[in-house]
Amino acid sequence: MLRYVVTRFITMLLVLFVVSAALFSLSHAAPGGPLASLVPPDMVGDSGPLIEAKTKEFGLDQPLPVQYLRWVSHIAVGDLGTSFQFNRSVASLMLERIAPTLELMGLGLVIGTLLALFLGVVQASRKGSVVDYGIGTVSLVLMSTPAFFLGMVAIYILSARFGLLPSSQMSSPGDGSTTDLLRHLVLPVSVLAIVHCAVMTRYVRVGLLEELSSDYVRTALAQGATRRQARRKGLRNTLGPLVTVVMISVPALLGGAVVLEAVFSWPGMGSLVLAAIEFRDYPIILAFGMIVALLVVLSNFAADILVSVLDPRVRLQ
Amino acid sequence: MSEPAFSGADSADSAARAARAEVSADSTAERSTAAGETMRTPSSPSQLALRRFWSNLGARVSVVALALIILAVVVGPYILGIDPDAQNLTASRQPPGNGHVLGTDLLGRDVLARLLSGVRVSILVGLAAAASALALGTVIGVVAGSAGGRVDSALMRVTDIFMAVPSLLVVIVCGGILGPSIALLVGLIAAFAWPTSARIARSVVLSVRELDFVKAATAAGTRRPTIMRRHLLPAVIPQVTVSGALLVATAILSEAALSFLGLGVVPPQASWGNMLQSAQSFTVISSMPWLWLPPGLAIILTSVSVIFIGDGMRDALDPKASR
Repeated sequence: MLRYVVTRFITMLLVLFVVSAALFSLSHAAPGGPLASLVPPDMVGDSGPLIEAKTKEFGLDQPLPVQYLRWVSHIAVGDLGTSFQFNRSVASLMLERIAPTLELMGLGLVIGTLLALFLGVVQASRKGSVVDYGIGTVSLVLMSTPAFFLGMVAIYILSARFGLLPSSQMSSPGDGSTTDLLRHLVLPVSVLAIVHCAVMTRYVRVGLLEELSSDYVRTALAQGATRRQARRKGLRNTLGPLVTVVMISVPALLGGAVVLEAVFSWPGMGSLVLAAIEFRDYPIILAFGMIVALLVVLSNFAADILVSVLDPRVRLQ
Repeated sequence: MSEPAFSGADSADSAARAARAEVSADSTAERSTAAGETMRTPSSPSQLALRRFWSNLGARVSVVALALIILAVVVGPYILGIDPDAQNLTASRQPPGNGHVLGTDLLGRDVLARLLSGVRVSILVGLAAAASALALGTVIGVVAGSAGGRVDSALMRVTDIFMAVPSLLVVIVCGGILGPSIALLVGLIAAFAWPTSARIARSVVLSVRELDFVKAATAAGTRRPTIMRRHLLPAVIPQVTVSGALLVATAILSEAALSFLGLGVVPPQASWGNMLQSAQSFTVISSMPWLWLPPGLAIILTSVSVIFIGDGMRDALDPKASR
């Protein structure tokens, strides 16, 4: 186990190294060259001594590997550069904006997964019935629906037509009460949860059906177990693979969150990055790239560890 | 919405099962034609598959829907006769009616004309990205499956990593720095969509390479690249193509999301995603539904049809899999 964790950790570092190299070359390929990712755009146009001074300051006259090492060593200690828009350190900006995004993702993940478990079990226990096909078709249609469009429809119906729920931001100005915060959470979280659930329901259903057709379930039924008891046995065994799927879907959930933040003006990391793109605020975009890579690597790692904890048959080597 | 695998959980297993089923179907079909010349209509496996596909209601409706969409794209602009880029600032955001079936947008352009011209980009991006992903995934899957050992585990490790990366986020980072372009969009979607096809291709190869005719070919001294090309690839291609339907749908959805964020297709060229981009404000959502409802519904209709056709094809090729 320990040996496995160590090897995985080394692989993780390797992947992060590759990603950082890719991001580094991306910043060099940016229109305006590497300087554009270090100096605000209005200064790049300025020719002459200023540019020369900046080039020296950032070490851009040095060989590429030296530049890369310098860049990476800054990132490794959490120095992600300075944002042009806000003239503040990117690290502190990200820290400020990451909490709302994690709130959205966490709630969406938990609610969506629980809903998917429930619906998937209902489908599997009534296989081939109208309920099964109904849920299957609805989840297929929802899977084909862009998250942002679902958000727009929700805003149109619930906010514009019936005025039940607020359509943007995390709270109303001048009102910080818990009810107000919760009311603002409902729409974005529900849409994200529904999108996540639509994908997961399929996995739950297929996984449970596979277990239900296996020998140990048949034996249990032959010995007089009720369908319900047999389902419980089968469900426990589907949880292992399901955890893997759920953990691996976390980065995709971030993608969904970014898009929904644009729809619901949610002040998270996604809106920060989208604003940065409009402003060509490269340090923020590069930092976001690093965070995405970290999230991907960590959720993969967590998936492997969780499976080995949940399923004693899986031995990590 | 941009997960590389919509049905990854079951697709790999069922693909392997299907490959076996198909091979056995082949041999039984040969036997039956050899033995029973008296049968009235000897059906080939592909005819049988076609019949099974057509008996699936969802698939049948979807084929008709998709055909109508394609017909609308080809013929629609001529019937409508309105330039999708023609602006008329005096007729900004007009509700449907008055010569504009679906109303006009902010610049007074006809929404229906833009909807019809947007299909081309959406479907083109979807097909191009899916085709490249399929080609790449097939090659990697066949190589991994037939090489085995270290090559296999290394390739599968890479596949796992790529599978976990949502292309949407990669395009946000790359497009954000390099600037939006359709080529970048297609390239990046394909670069992160191939793992599903690679896994399916590999699992088909793993089951087919144990069959006697492949062993016979090896024993006869056929070299490995030839075996891959002549014996493994033909078994892989149908299964992978079927999974490609999902990739087309995923790519269409990714294009929509990215153009919505301003990182995909750039106006004035219309695409379904960027038609929705102009509808980001609350006033537009609440009081001008004709601006955002049609492109959204068009996206759903197209991708649902594509997914249903894909499911229908999979069921038709794999009659044994119960779902």
